[in-house]
Amino acid sequence: MKVLVPVKRVIDYNVKVRVKADQSGVDLANVKMSMNPFDEIAVEEAIRLKEKGKATEIVAVSIGPQAAQETIRTALAMGADRGILVKAEGDVEPLAVAKILKAICDAEQPGLVILGKQAIDDDSNQTGQMLAALLGWPQGTFAHKLELADGKALVEREIDGGLQTVEIKTPAIVTTDLRLNEPRYASLPNIMKAKKKPIDEKTPADYGVDTTPRLKVLKVSEPAKRQSGVKVKTVAELVDKLKNEAGVI
Amino acid sequence: MTSLVIAEHDNTSLKEATGKTVGAATQLGAPVHVLVAGQNCRSVAEAAAKIAGVEKVLLADDALYAKMVAEPMEALILGLAPAYDAILAAATTNGKNYMPRVAAKLDVPQISEILAVESPDTFRRPIYAGNAIQTVQAPPGKKVITVRTTAFKAPEGAGSAPVETIAAAADPGVSSFVGEELSKSERPELTSAKIIISGGRGMQSGDNFHLLEKIADKLHAGVGASRAAVDAGFVPNDYQVGQTGKVVAPELYIAVGISGAIQHLAGMKDSKVIAAINKDEEAPIFQVADYGLVADLFKAVPEMEQELSKLGY
Repeated sequence: MKVLVPVKRVIDYNVKVRVKADQSGVDLANVKMSMNPFDEIAVEEAIRLKEKGKATEIVAVSIGPQAAQETIRTALAMGADRGILVKAEGDVEPLAVAKILKAICDAEQPGLVILGKQAIDDDSNQTGQMLAALLGWPQGTFAHKLELADGKALVEREIDGGLQTVEIKTPAIVTTDLRLNEPRYASLPNIMKAKKKPIDEKTPADYGVDTTPRLKVLKVSEPAKRQSGVKVKTVAELVDKLKNEAGVI
Repeated sequence: MTSLVIAEHDNTSLKEATGKTVGAATQLGAPVHVLVAGQNCRSVAEAAAKIAGVEKVLLADDALYAKMVAEPMEALILGLAPAYDAILAAATTNGKNYMPRVAAKLDVPQISEILAVESPDTFRRPIYAGNAIQTVQAPPGKKVITVRTTAFKAPEGAGSAPVETIAAAADPGVSSFVGEELSKSERPELTSAKIIISGGRGMQSGDNFHLLEKIADKLHAGVGASRAAVDAGFVPNDYQVGQTGKVVAPELYIAVGISGAIQHLAGMKDSKVIAAINKDEEAPIFQVADYGLVADLFKAVPEMEQELSKLGY
Protein backbone atom coordinates (compact mmCIF):
# COMPACT_ATOMS: atom_id res chain seq x y z
CA MET A 1 0.00 0.00 0.00
CA LYS A 2 1.20 3.43 -0.94
CA VAL A 3 1.07 6.17 1.71
CA LEU A 4 0.89 9.84 0.82
CA VAL A 5 2.17 12.38 3.36
CA PRO A 6 1.61 16.09 2.71
CA VAL A 7 4.16 18.30 4.50
CA LYS A 8 4.06 22.07 4.99
CA ARG A 9 6.89 24.55 5.39
CA VAL A 10 6.09 26.88 8.28
CA ILE A 11 7.85 29.24 10.67
CA ASP A 12 9.80 27.09 13.12
CA TYR A 13 7.79 26.47 16.27
CA ASN A 14 10.55 27.98 18.45
CA VAL A 15 10.45 31.35 16.67
CA LYS A 16 8.61 34.21 18.32
CA VAL A 17 6.27 35.48 15.62
CA ARG A 18 6.25 39.21 14.87
CA VAL A 19 3.38 41.06 13.26
CA LYS A 20 4.47 43.51 10.52
CA ALA A 21 4.04 47.19 11.34
CA ASP A 22 1.73 47.71 8.36
CA GLN A 23 -0.52 44.86 9.63
CA SER A 24 -0.26 43.05 6.29
CA GLY A 25 0.87 39.80 7.89
CA VAL A 26 3.65 38.34 10.01
CA ASP A 27 7.30 38.93 9.29
CA LEU A 28 8.77 35.98 7.38
CA ALA A 29 12.06 37.67 6.40
CA ASN A 30 15.15 35.89 7.74
CA VAL A 31 13.04 33.67 9.97
CA LYS A 32 13.92 30.01 10.48
CA MET A 33 11.48 27.77 8.62
CA SER A 34 10.85 24.07 9.37
CA MET A 35 8.46 21.27 8.67
CA ASN A 36 5.13 21.71 10.49
CA PRO A 37 5.57 19.60 13.68
CA PHE A 38 2.32 17.67 13.18
CA ASP A 39 3.53 16.75 9.66
CA GLU A 40 6.75 15.32 11.11
CA ILE A 41 4.56 13.02 13.18
CA ALA A 42 2.72 12.07 9.98
CA VAL A 43 5.99 11.23 8.18
CA GLU A 44 7.14 9.18 11.18
CA GLU A 45 3.88 7.22 11.28
CA ALA A 46 4.17 6.42 7.57
CA ILE A 47 7.76 5.22 8.04
CA ARG A 48 6.69 2.99 10.93
CA LEU A 49 3.99 1.46 8.73
CA LYS A 50 6.64 0.75 6.10
CA GLU A 51 8.95 -0.77 8.70
CA LYS A 52 6.10 -3.06 9.81
CA GLY A 53 5.58 -4.12 6.20
CA LYS A 54 2.16 -2.44 5.95
CA ALA A 55 3.26 0.32 3.58
CA THR A 56 5.26 -0.20 0.42
CA GLU A 57 6.05 3.34 -0.67
CA ILE A 58 5.89 6.77 0.98
CA VAL A 59 5.33 9.85 -1.17
CA ALA A 60 5.91 13.24 0.47
CA VAL A 61 4.04 16.17 -1.08
CA SER A 62 4.50 19.86 -0.39
CA ILE A 63 2.61 22.81 -1.82
CA GLY A 64 4.51 26.06 -1.50
CA PRO A 65 7.46 28.07 -2.78
CA GLN A 66 10.59 26.49 -4.30
CA ALA A 67 12.09 26.47 -0.79
CA ALA A 68 9.45 23.93 0.28
CA GLN A 69 11.73 21.47 -1.49
CA GLU A 70 13.82 21.52 1.70
CA THR A 71 10.80 20.35 3.65
CA ILE A 72 10.36 17.46 1.22
CA ARG A 73 14.10 16.66 1.57
CA THR A 74 13.60 16.48 5.34
CA ALA A 75 10.83 13.92 4.83
CA LEU A 76 13.02 11.99 2.40
CA ALA A 77 15.88 12.02 4.91
CA MET A 78 13.57 10.63 7.56
CA GLY A 79 12.62 7.77 5.24
CA ALA A 80 10.08 8.81 2.61
CA ASP A 81 10.81 7.40 -0.86
CA ARG A 82 10.07 10.25 -3.25
CA GLY A 83 8.60 13.72 -3.35
CA ILE A 84 6.21 15.92 -5.27
CA LEU A 85 6.62 19.69 -5.04
CA VAL A 86 3.67 21.74 -6.22
CA LYS A 87 5.06 25.22 -6.64
CA ALA A 88 2.78 28.02 -5.47
CA GLU A 89 3.62 31.47 -4.15
CA GLY A 90 1.73 33.19 -1.36
CA ASP A 91 -0.86 31.73 0.96
CA VAL A 92 -2.67 28.70 -0.37
CA GLU A 93 -5.88 28.10 1.55
CA PRO A 94 -6.76 24.66 2.93
CA LEU A 95 -9.53 24.11 0.34
CA ALA A 96 -7.12 24.73 -2.55
CA VAL A 97 -4.52 22.47 -0.92
CA ALA A 98 -7.19 19.77 -0.52
CA LYS A 99 -8.14 20.09 -4.21
CA ILE A 100 -4.52 19.70 -5.33
CA LEU A 101 -4.06 16.72 -3.01
CA LYS A 102 -7.25 15.15 -4.36
CA ALA A 103 -5.87 15.35 -7.88
CA ILE A 104 -2.61 13.79 -6.68
CA CYS A 105 -4.55 11.00 -4.94
CA ASP A 106 -6.50 10.35 -8.14
CA ALA A 107 -3.19 9.89 -9.96
CA GLU A 108 -1.22 8.08 -7.25
CA GLN A 109 -4.01 5.93 -5.74
CA PRO A 110 -2.62 5.77 -2.18
CA GLY A 111 -4.28 3.48 0.38
CA LEU A 112 -3.76 6.02 3.12
CA VAL A 113 -3.03 9.74 3.39
CA ILE A 114 -1.53 10.85 6.70
CA LEU A 115 -1.54 14.59 7.44
CA GLY A 116 -0.81 16.79 10.43
CA LYS A 117 -4.05 17.79 12.16
CA GLN A 118 -3.21 21.46 11.67
CA ALA A 119 -0.40 23.71 10.52
CA ILE A 120 1.02 25.89 13.25
CA ASP A 121 0.91 29.01 11.07
CA ASP A 122 -2.74 29.44 10.06
CA ASP A 123 -4.06 26.99 12.70
CA SER A 124 -6.94 26.09 10.36
CA ASN A 125 -7.28 22.36 11.10
CA GLN A 126 -9.15 21.75 7.84
CA THR A 127 -7.04 20.20 5.08
CA GLY A 128 -7.30 16.51 6.03
CA GLN A 129 -11.04 16.65 6.57
CA MET A 130 -11.57 18.60 3.32
CA LEU A 131 -9.48 16.12 1.36
CA ALA A 132 -11.46 13.26 2.87
CA ALA A 133 -14.74 14.88 1.84
CA LEU A 134 -13.56 15.65 -1.70
CA LEU A 135 -12.41 12.05 -2.15
CA GLY A 136 -15.49 10.65 -0.41
CA TRP A 137 -13.18 8.80 1.98
CA PRO A 138 -13.60 8.36 5.73
CA GLN A 139 -11.30 10.07 8.20
CA GLY A 140 -9.65 9.39 11.53
CA THR A 141 -8.67 12.81 12.80
CA PHE A 142 -6.49 13.76 15.80
CA ALA A 143 -5.00 10.25 15.84
CA HIS A 144 -3.42 8.98 19.04
CA LYS A 145 -2.97 5.42 17.79
CA LEU A 146 -3.32 3.85 14.35
CA GLU A 147 -3.76 0.18 13.50
CA LEU A 148 -4.25 -1.17 10.02
CA ALA A 149 -6.09 -4.39 9.20
CA ASP A 150 -7.53 -5.82 5.99
CA GLY A 151 -9.33 -3.02 4.19
CA LYS A 152 -9.79 -0.98 7.32
CA ALA A 153 -8.06 1.13 9.93
CA LEU A 154 -8.71 1.48 13.64
CA VAL A 155 -7.96 5.01 14.78
CA GLU A 156 -7.89 6.00 18.43
CA ARG A 157 -8.60 9.73 18.51
CA GLU A 158 -7.93 12.46 21.04
CA ILE A 159 -11.28 14.08 21.80
CA ASP A 160 -12.35 16.70 24.35
CA GLY A 161 -13.46 14.20 26.98
CA GLY A 162 -10.76 11.56 26.48
CA LEU A 163 -10.17 9.04 23.69
CA GLN A 164 -12.49 7.65 21.03
CA THR A 165 -11.88 4.78 18.63
CA VAL A 166 -13.41 4.67 15.16
CA GLU A 167 -13.15 2.02 12.48
CA ILE A 168 -12.81 3.36 8.97
CA LYS A 169 -12.63 1.64 5.61
CA THR A 170 -9.50 2.22 3.57
CA PRO A 171 -8.55 4.12 1.51
CA ALA A 172 -8.78 6.71 4.25
CA ILE A 173 -7.42 9.93 5.69
CA VAL A 174 -5.66 10.06 9.05
CA THR A 175 -4.63 13.30 10.76
CA THR A 176 -2.06 13.21 13.53
CA ASP A 177 -2.21 14.51 17.07
CA LEU A 178 0.83 15.15 19.24
CA ARG A 179 1.06 11.83 20.98
CA LEU A 180 0.80 9.48 18.01
CA ASN A 181 4.57 8.99 18.00
CA GLU A 182 7.89 10.67 18.53
CA PRO A 183 9.45 11.61 15.17
CA ARG A 184 13.01 10.42 14.54
CA TYR A 185 15.95 12.58 13.62
CA ALA A 186 17.41 11.95 10.20
CA SER A 187 20.90 10.41 10.34
CA LEU A 188 23.71 11.96 8.31
CA PRO A 189 23.94 9.00 5.87
CA ASN A 190 20.18 9.24 5.33
CA ILE A 191 20.41 12.99 4.72
CA MET A 192 23.04 12.24 2.05
CA LYS A 193 20.92 9.48 0.53
CA ALA A 194 17.88 11.78 0.47
CA LYS A 195 19.69 14.09 -1.93
CA LYS A 196 19.47 11.39 -4.58
CA LYS A 197 15.80 10.61 -4.08
CA PRO A 198 13.55 12.01 -6.85
CA ILE A 199 11.32 15.06 -6.43
CA ASP A 200 8.78 15.82 -9.18
CA GLU A 201 8.00 19.49 -9.73
CA LYS A 202 4.47 20.51 -10.60
CA THR A 203 2.23 23.56 -10.52
CA PRO A 204 -1.38 23.94 -9.34
CA ALA A 205 -2.34 24.48 -12.99
CA ASP A 206 -1.12 20.92 -13.75
CA TYR A 207 -3.96 19.78 -11.51
CA GLY A 208 -6.44 22.38 -12.75
CA VAL A 209 -6.64 24.13 -9.37
CA ASP A 210 -6.89 27.89 -8.90
CA THR A 211 -5.08 28.84 -5.69
CA THR A 212 -6.33 32.44 -5.49
CA PRO A 213 -7.40 32.92 -1.84
CA ARG A 214 -11.15 33.13 -1.30
CA LEU A 215 -10.91 34.73 2.12
CA LYS A 216 -9.66 38.29 2.07
CA VAL A 217 -7.23 39.06 4.88
CA LEU A 218 -8.01 42.65 5.86
CA LYS A 219 -5.32 42.85 8.51
CA VAL A 220 -3.14 40.95 10.92
CA SER A 221 -2.72 42.51 14.33
CA GLU A 222 -1.06 41.86 17.67
CA PRO A 223 -3.25 40.23 20.30
CA ALA A 224 -4.23 42.34 23.31
CA LYS A 225 -1.36 42.35 25.77
CA ARG A 226 -1.89 41.24 29.33
CA GLN A 227 -0.52 43.51 31.98
CA SER A 228 1.73 41.65 34.36
CA GLY A 229 0.45 41.97 37.88
CA VAL A 230 1.99 41.93 41.32
CA LYS A 231 4.14 39.48 43.23
CA VAL A 232 2.75 38.39 46.56
CA LYS A 233 4.99 37.26 49.43
CA THR A 234 2.94 34.59 51.12
CA VAL A 235 0.23 32.06 50.42
CA ALA A 236 -2.04 33.86 52.89
CA GLU A 237 -1.62 37.09 50.93
CA LEU A 238 -2.38 35.27 47.66
CA VAL A 239 -5.59 33.77 49.02
CA ASP A 240 -6.59 37.13 50.51
CA LYS A 241 -6.05 38.93 47.17
CA LEU A 242 -8.01 36.30 45.24
CA LYS A 243 -10.89 36.56 47.70
CA ASN A 244 -11.02 40.24 48.58
CA GLU A 245 -9.32 42.12 45.74
CA ALA A 246 -10.16 40.03 42.66
CA GLY A 247 -13.29 38.46 44.12
CA VAL A 248 -12.84 35.25 42.16
CA ILE A 249 -13.05 32.69 44.98
CA MET B 1 -32.05 33.67 5.08
CA THR B 2 -31.09 31.79 8.19
CA SER B 3 -28.10 30.55 10.19
CA LEU B 4 -27.81 26.95 11.39
CA VAL B 5 -25.96 26.10 14.61
CA ILE B 6 -24.95 22.48 15.15
CA ALA B 7 -25.49 21.62 18.83
CA GLU B 8 -22.72 20.23 21.01
CA HIS B 9 -24.07 17.65 23.46
CA ASP B 10 -23.61 14.13 24.82
CA ASN B 11 -27.19 12.90 24.17
CA THR B 12 -28.22 13.73 27.73
CA SER B 13 -27.11 17.31 28.28
CA LEU B 14 -26.69 20.31 26.03
CA LYS B 15 -23.19 21.77 26.37
CA GLU B 16 -22.67 25.43 27.21
CA ALA B 17 -20.70 25.71 23.98
CA THR B 18 -24.00 25.53 22.06
CA GLY B 19 -25.46 28.64 23.71
CA LYS B 20 -22.23 30.50 23.08
CA THR B 21 -22.23 29.45 19.42
CA VAL B 22 -25.81 30.73 19.17
CA GLY B 23 -24.47 33.96 20.70
CA ALA B 24 -21.97 34.21 17.84
CA ALA B 25 -24.62 33.26 15.25
CA THR B 26 -27.06 35.97 16.35
CA GLN B 27 -24.36 38.54 15.55
CA LEU B 28 -24.72 37.57 11.88
CA GLY B 29 -28.13 39.23 12.03
CA ALA B 30 -30.20 36.38 10.61
CA PRO B 31 -32.66 34.05 12.41
CA VAL B 32 -30.97 31.09 14.09
CA HIS B 33 -31.96 27.43 13.89
CA VAL B 34 -30.23 24.72 15.94
CA LEU B 35 -29.62 21.16 14.75
CA VAL B 36 -29.48 18.55 17.48
CA ALA B 37 -28.09 15.34 15.97
CA GLY B 38 -27.77 12.40 18.32
CA GLN B 39 -29.51 9.37 19.72
CA ASN B 40 -32.31 9.46 22.30
CA CYS B 41 -31.60 13.14 22.70
CA ARG B 42 -35.04 14.78 22.74
CA SER B 43 -34.25 16.35 26.12
CA VAL B 44 -31.23 18.02 24.52
CA ALA B 45 -33.43 19.44 21.75
CA GLU B 46 -35.85 20.75 24.37
CA ALA B 47 -32.97 22.43 26.20
CA ALA B 48 -31.78 24.00 22.91
CA ALA B 49 -35.32 25.32 22.30
CA LYS B 50 -34.99 27.36 25.49
CA ILE B 51 -31.93 29.31 24.30
CA ALA B 52 -33.01 32.91 23.70
CA GLY B 53 -32.97 33.91 20.05
CA VAL B 54 -33.39 30.42 18.63
CA GLU B 55 -36.26 30.30 16.14
CA LYS B 56 -36.47 26.55 15.54
CA VAL B 57 -34.76 23.36 16.66
CA LEU B 58 -34.25 20.48 14.24
CA LEU B 59 -33.93 17.08 15.89
CA ALA B 60 -32.26 14.22 14.02
CA ASP B 61 -32.54 11.31 16.43
CA ASP B 62 -30.79 8.23 15.07
CA ALA B 63 -28.12 5.74 16.14
CA LEU B 64 -25.99 7.10 13.25
CA TYR B 65 -25.44 10.34 15.16
CA ALA B 66 -24.94 8.93 18.65
CA LYS B 67 -21.24 9.78 18.63
CA MET B 68 -21.25 12.44 15.91
CA VAL B 69 -19.03 10.39 13.61
CA ALA B 70 -17.84 12.76 10.87
CA GLU B 71 -19.11 11.05 7.71
CA PRO B 72 -22.79 10.68 8.72
CA MET B 73 -22.71 14.21 10.22
CA GLU B 74 -21.44 15.57 6.90
CA ALA B 75 -24.28 13.86 5.00
CA LEU B 76 -26.92 15.15 7.41
CA ILE B 77 -25.69 18.76 7.41
CA LEU B 78 -25.23 18.84 3.62
CA GLY B 79 -28.85 17.79 3.22
CA LEU B 80 -29.93 20.80 5.26
CA ALA B 81 -27.40 23.26 3.83
CA PRO B 82 -29.45 24.59 0.87
CA ALA B 83 -31.81 26.36 3.30
CA TYR B 84 -29.06 28.18 5.18
CA ASP B 85 -26.68 31.08 4.59
CA ALA B 86 -24.34 30.23 7.41
CA ILE B 87 -23.54 27.03 9.29
CA LEU B 88 -21.78 27.33 12.63
CA ALA B 89 -20.43 24.88 15.19
CA ALA B 90 -18.34 25.19 18.30
CA ALA B 91 -14.63 24.57 17.67
CA THR B 92 -14.70 21.40 19.79
CA THR B 93 -13.13 18.15 18.62
CA ASN B 94 -16.58 17.34 17.16
CA GLY B 95 -17.01 20.60 15.26
CA LYS B 96 -13.42 20.52 14.03
CA ASN B 97 -13.99 16.99 12.80
CA TYR B 98 -17.11 17.33 10.62
CA MET B 99 -17.27 21.03 9.65
CA PRO B 100 -14.39 21.14 7.12
CA ARG B 101 -16.04 18.20 5.31
CA VAL B 102 -19.18 20.28 4.94
CA ALA B 103 -17.23 23.33 3.73
CA ALA B 104 -15.30 21.30 1.14
CA LYS B 105 -18.49 19.78 -0.26
CA LEU B 106 -20.10 23.23 -0.46
CA ASP B 107 -16.90 24.47 -2.14
CA VAL B 108 -16.47 27.32 0.35
CA PRO B 109 -13.57 28.16 2.66
CA GLN B 110 -14.11 27.41 6.34
CA ILE B 111 -13.46 30.21 8.81
CA SER B 112 -11.92 28.46 11.82
CA GLU B 113 -12.21 29.41 15.49
CA ILE B 114 -13.63 32.91 15.19
CA LEU B 115 -13.03 35.21 18.18
CA ALA B 116 -15.29 38.05 17.07
CA VAL B 117 -17.87 38.98 14.45
CA GLU B 118 -16.91 42.40 13.06
CA SER B 119 -19.73 42.40 10.53
CA PRO B 120 -21.84 39.61 8.99
CA ASP B 121 -19.01 38.75 6.57
CA THR B 122 -15.92 39.82 8.55
CA PHE B 123 -14.41 37.92 11.43
CA ARG B 124 -11.39 37.89 13.70
CA ARG B 125 -9.54 34.63 14.30
CA PRO B 126 -6.27 33.63 15.95
CA ILE B 127 -3.25 32.45 13.95
CA TYR B 128 0.20 31.35 15.17
CA ALA B 129 -1.27 29.99 18.40
CA GLY B 130 -2.91 33.30 19.19
CA ASN B 131 0.30 35.30 18.75
CA ALA B 132 -1.37 37.18 15.91
CA ILE B 133 -5.00 37.93 15.13
CA GLN B 134 -6.24 37.83 11.55
CA THR B 135 -9.24 39.83 10.35
CA VAL B 136 -10.79 38.04 7.37
CA GLN B 137 -13.64 38.83 5.03
CA ALA B 138 -15.59 35.93 3.59
CA PRO B 139 -16.69 35.93 -0.06
CA PRO B 140 -20.41 36.10 -0.92
CA GLY B 141 -22.10 32.74 -0.56
CA LYS B 142 -22.52 30.25 2.24
CA LYS B 143 -20.36 30.59 5.31
CA VAL B 144 -19.02 27.66 7.30
CA ILE B 145 -17.69 28.82 10.64
CA THR B 146 -16.29 27.26 13.79
CA VAL B 147 -16.48 29.32 16.94
CA ARG B 148 -14.01 29.64 19.79
CA THR B 149 -16.69 29.58 22.45
CA THR B 150 -14.61 31.19 25.21
CA ALA B 151 -14.83 34.41 23.17
CA PHE B 152 -18.65 34.56 23.09
CA LYS B 153 -21.53 34.72 25.55
CA ALA B 154 -24.78 32.80 25.31
CA PRO B 155 -27.81 35.06 24.68
CA GLU B 156 -29.49 36.22 27.88
CA GLY B 157 -33.05 35.32 28.71
CA ALA B 158 -35.06 32.31 27.67
CA GLY B 159 -36.74 31.20 24.47
CA SER B 160 -39.39 28.68 23.52
CA ALA B 161 -38.67 27.50 20.00
CA PRO B 162 -40.59 24.63 18.37
CA VAL B 163 -38.78 21.30 17.95
CA GLU B 164 -39.15 19.72 14.53
CA THR B 165 -38.10 16.12 14.01
CA ILE B 166 -36.19 15.47 10.80
CA ALA B 167 -35.21 12.23 9.11
CA ALA B 168 -31.70 10.82 9.21
CA ALA B 169 -29.62 11.06 6.04
CA ALA B 170 -28.36 7.89 4.35
CA ASP B 171 -25.37 6.27 6.08
CA PRO B 172 -22.24 6.74 3.93
CA GLY B 173 -21.26 3.32 5.33
CA VAL B 174 -17.51 3.92 5.54
CA SER B 175 -17.01 4.53 9.25
CA SER B 176 -18.26 3.39 12.61
CA PHE B 177 -17.81 4.16 16.28
CA VAL B 178 -15.96 1.41 18.15
CA GLY B 179 -15.51 2.68 21.68
CA GLU B 180 -14.35 5.44 23.93
CA GLU B 181 -12.48 6.00 27.15
CA LEU B 182 -13.74 9.15 28.77
CA SER B 183 -12.04 10.64 31.79
CA LYS B 184 -14.34 10.11 34.71
CA SER B 185 -14.38 13.13 36.90
CA GLU B 186 -16.78 14.71 39.34
CA ARG B 187 -15.12 18.02 38.61
CA PRO B 188 -16.31 20.58 36.09
CA GLU B 189 -15.10 20.26 32.53
CA LEU B 190 -12.19 22.52 31.70
CA THR B 191 -13.94 24.42 28.95
CA SER B 192 -16.83 25.43 31.23
CA ALA B 193 -15.17 25.57 34.68
CA LYS B 194 -15.25 28.92 36.50
CA ILE B 195 -11.97 28.11 38.24
CA ILE B 196 -9.12 25.95 36.94
CA ILE B 197 -6.01 24.82 38.75
CA SER B 198 -3.31 23.43 36.45
CA GLY B 199 -0.02 21.70 37.10
CA GLY B 200 3.13 21.61 35.02
CA ARG B 201 6.40 19.76 34.90
CA GLY B 202 7.13 21.15 38.36
CA MET B 203 4.57 18.71 39.80
CA GLN B 204 7.20 15.98 39.28
CA SER B 205 4.69 13.08 39.22
CA GLY B 206 1.09 12.20 38.55
CA ASP B 207 0.58 11.36 42.23
CA ASN B 208 1.41 14.91 43.19
CA PHE B 209 -1.63 16.12 41.24
CA HIS B 210 -3.59 15.07 44.35
CA LEU B 211 -2.28 18.27 45.91
CA LEU B 212 -4.09 20.26 43.21
CA GLU B 213 -7.20 18.07 43.43
CA LYS B 214 -7.59 18.96 47.11
CA ILE B 215 -7.69 22.66 46.20
CA ALA B 216 -9.97 21.91 43.25
CA ASP B 217 -12.43 20.13 45.56
CA LYS B 218 -12.59 23.17 47.82
CA LEU B 219 -13.09 25.65 44.99
CA HIS B 220 -15.21 23.41 42.69
CA ALA B 221 -12.46 23.89 40.15
CA GLY B 222 -11.42 21.91 37.11
CA VAL B 223 -7.93 20.39 37.01
CA GLY B 224 -5.71 21.01 33.99
CA ALA B 225 -2.10 20.53 32.99
CA SER B 226 0.58 21.88 30.71
CA ARG B 227 1.79 19.93 27.70
CA ALA B 228 5.02 19.15 29.58
CA ALA B 229 3.05 17.45 32.35
CA VAL B 230 0.99 15.46 29.84
CA ASP B 231 4.03 14.46 27.78
CA ALA B 232 5.75 13.31 30.99
CA GLY B 233 2.77 11.01 31.56
CA PHE B 234 1.61 12.65 34.81
CA VAL B 235 -1.99 13.00 33.61
CA PRO B 236 -4.08 12.02 30.53
CA ASN B 237 -4.01 14.15 27.38
CA ASP B 238 -7.49 15.60 27.88
CA TYR B 239 -6.09 17.59 30.83
CA GLN B 240 -3.94 19.62 28.46
CA VAL B 241 -4.50 23.35 28.30
CA GLY B 242 -2.72 25.11 25.45
CA GLN B 243 -2.47 25.70 21.74
CA THR B 244 -2.78 22.01 20.94
CA GLY B 245 -5.02 21.15 23.88
CA LYS B 246 -7.99 23.02 25.27
CA VAL B 247 -8.43 26.76 25.14
CA VAL B 248 -9.95 27.99 28.40
CA ALA B 249 -11.02 31.35 29.80
CA PRO B 250 -12.19 30.84 33.40
CA GLU B 251 -12.72 33.53 36.04
CA LEU B 252 -9.61 32.27 37.82
CA TYR B 253 -6.71 30.23 36.46
CA ILE B 254 -4.15 29.00 38.96
CA ALA B 255 -0.91 27.83 37.31
CA VAL B 256 1.21 25.66 39.58
CA GLY B 257 4.73 24.64 38.59
CA ILE B 258 4.09 25.81 35.02
CA SER B 259 6.87 27.84 33.41
CA GLY B 260 4.56 29.46 30.85
CA ALA B 261 5.64 28.29 27.39
CA ILE B 262 3.98 30.19 24.51
CA GLN B 263 2.05 27.04 23.68
CA HIS B 264 0.51 26.98 27.18
CA LEU B 265 -0.16 30.73 27.35
CA ALA B 266 -2.09 30.47 24.07
CA GLY B 267 -4.60 28.27 25.86
CA MET B 268 -5.23 30.31 29.01
CA LYS B 269 -4.21 33.94 28.59
CA ASP B 270 -7.82 35.08 28.20
CA SER B 271 -8.64 33.99 31.75
CA LYS B 272 -10.05 36.85 33.82
CA VAL B 273 -7.57 36.46 36.68
CA ILE B 274 -4.36 34.43 36.56
CA ALA B 275 -2.45 33.35 39.67
CA ALA B 276 0.91 31.59 39.38
CA ILE B 277 2.99 29.64 41.85
CA ASN B 278 6.51 28.82 40.67
CA LYS B 279 9.86 28.59 42.38
CA ASP B 280 11.66 30.22 39.43
CA GLU B 281 11.07 33.95 39.65
CA GLU B 282 12.16 34.35 36.01
CA ALA B 283 9.44 32.00 34.75
CA PRO B 284 7.50 33.61 31.84
CA ILE B 285 4.20 32.72 33.52
CA PHE B 286 4.76 35.67 35.87
CA GLN B 287 4.59 38.06 32.91
CA VAL B 288 0.92 37.25 32.42
CA ALA B 289 -0.05 36.51 36.03
CA ASP B 290 -2.11 39.02 38.00
CA TYR B 291 -0.79 37.47 41.21
CA GLY B 292 2.56 35.72 41.32
CA LEU B 293 4.01 33.79 44.22
CA VAL B 294 7.64 32.69 44.05
CA ALA B 295 7.62 29.58 46.21
CA ASP B 296 8.17 25.85 46.34
CA LEU B 297 4.82 24.43 45.27
CA PHE B 298 5.18 21.44 47.58
CA LYS B 299 5.03 23.86 50.52
CA ALA B 300 2.75 26.50 49.02
CA VAL B 301 -0.05 24.25 47.75
CA PRO B 302 -0.69 22.43 51.07
CA GLU B 303 -0.51 25.81 52.79
CA MET B 304 -3.06 27.19 50.35
CA GLU B 305 -5.35 24.31 51.21
CA GLN B 306 -5.05 25.18 54.91
CA GLU B 307 -5.70 28.87 54.24
CA LEU B 308 -8.82 28.00 52.28
CA SER B 309 -9.98 25.72 55.11
CA LYS B 310 -9.52 28.54 57.58
CA LEU B 311 -11.78 30.70 55.43
CA GLY B 312 -14.41 27.99 55.45
CA TYR B 313 -13.98 26.56 51.93
